[in-house]
Amino acid sequence: MQFPAEEFHSNNGAVVIIGASHAGVNFAFHLRQQGWAGCITLIERDPELPYHRPPLSKKTLQSAELKSTPLKAEKAYSDNNIDLKLGYEVTTVNQSAKQITLNDGQCLHYNKLILATGCRAFIPPVLGLEVIDPLNNRSIFTMRTYADTTAIKAALNNSSDKQVVIIGGGYIGLESAASLIAMGAKVTVIEKQPKILSRVTSAVMSDFLTELHLSKGVELLTDKDVIEVKQLSHQYPHQPPHQYQHKQVVVCSDGSEYCADFIIVGVGVRLNTQLALEAGVDVEQGIKVNEACQTSNEDIFAIGDCTQQFSSLYQRWIRLESVQNAVDQAKIAAQFLTGKLPQGEPVQQTVPWFWSDQYNCKLQIVGLSEGYDELLVKQESAQQFSVWYFKADKLLCVEAVNYAKAYVLGTQAIKQNLLVDKAALQSRDALSKETLFLAVSN
Amino acid sequence: MAKVIFVTQNNGSVEVEGDSGSLMELAVANGVAGIDGDCGGVCSCATCHIYVDPADFVTIGSAEEVEADMLELDDQVTEYSRLCCQIEVSEQIDGMTFVVAN
Repeated sequence: MQFPAEEFHSNNGAVVIIGASHAGVNFAFHLRQQGWAGCITLIERDPELPYHRPPLSKKTLQSAELKSTPLKAEKAYSDNNIDLKLGYEVTTVNQSAKQITLNDGQCLHYNKLILATGCRAFIPPVLGLEVIDPLNNRSIFTMRTYADTTAIKAALNNSSDKQVVIIGGGYIGLESAASLIAMGAKVTVIEKQPKILSRVTSAVMSDFLTELHLSKGVELLTDKDVIEVKQLSHQYPHQPPHQYQHKQVVVCSDGSEYCADFIIVGVGVRLNTQLALEAGVDVEQGIKVNEACQTSNEDIFAIGDCTQQFSSLYQRWIRLESVQNAVDQAKIAAQFLTGKLPQGEPVQQTVPWFWSDQYNCKLQIVGLSEGYDELLVKQESAQQFSVWYFKADKLLCVEAVNYAKAYVLGTQAIKQNLLVDKAALQSRDALSKETLFLAVSN
Repeated sequence: MAKVIFVTQNNGSVEVEGDSGSLMELAVANGVAGIDGDCGGVCSCATCHIYVDPADFVTIGSAEEVEADMLELDDQVTEYSRLCCQIEVSEQIDGMTFVVAN
């Protein structure tokens, strides 16, 4: 990476950040903490004070008192002189004039533009799902924003049968299922692949989570392709007309049909790259950025879920949808802009990590398992185990269920490139640093 | 209602007060430097590491297993370390001072 001339890091000038979720908000605060003296404007279409997204499908949905988990207190924005513009849409980016336009016609000049545009829930091309208007449709939802969670909660409270179909057996679908079960719903999860989470995990973890959800009463159906969603208006005799008498019927390609009061669609995301494309920066699987999160335009940066970055750890381009990646990229970009990244040294490689809480199971993941050729399971009990993914001797990833120690040791091994003793994983002895790590590998 | 003091790594001192929620949430709501709470308070990230005053440690109590394991992620861990997302704000902690580890 070429470090730019000194004047690039003037610590002054106007910074405009598009997107105020984990990446955008953390970037704004880090930039200020690192000594940026110029204006920082943070623009977000969501009208809610920026909040943590992971709790939406878990704590936020389940808690009696409906409230979001703010990333920062409202006062912190003004204390740090960050101009937070909520409820605004960026309509155009003009990279030659270094200007953006908002939906109310306001023009903002920038010296540095940060794209933290994230992603949106993907709606598959299924008959009956084409037009989902979260403001007006009270029966079909996605799970991405606080408004989604609020709407789902209201729909559940208003439905007498509490019958829910979730399309998609990924993390969002499964976490939502766990929460809804805890809230007294009858839940059916429909997954297209033969196994849940097949894109992101091994059969070991997939089978464990399948059993877990079945044991909690979820109807978990795999290998089923949803081809249509129909609305069934049913007039119950002797009851006043009610908006939730409409039932949704989910039709699968094998002819089976599943009835629901409402549906949650959780089949992945699409990246918000439209503004990046308009700005003319390189976009492939995501917005391409270098180690410092700079795009192909030196004054435009991109951070968070919408980016694609080369991982020196995994020696390939990766795209991550995670809080860790959003926060780490925000820190690195802020350090770079303020000239705080050590020059002439490679940028410190971050290790991806993720978590998911379902029922009483705490799943923690460090690293990426893709490309593994061997996996070892270290089992403590039926509810406590870890899966260790290797490529030859190199540890790629650890998934730990109720087993923080395995997660922590896995993190240390991957971060410090330690050689893991596979025999120690296969023995009955408790995990310990002393027996697990052989020596520093080269 | 509890009033507590956070001492940050740049030797700043912030007095804050609250009556519910976790100590991490209280710190974040008051912009205490070094308390990030990236996971939102579910003991998954170890970014809300504090040191409890040894004199208060019996009152606060030790970390449970998951938290104790997660603390191992941080090289700065001591016998008085806690993740403050796991400490409830209550009258019990009124008047205490916590040193932010990072």
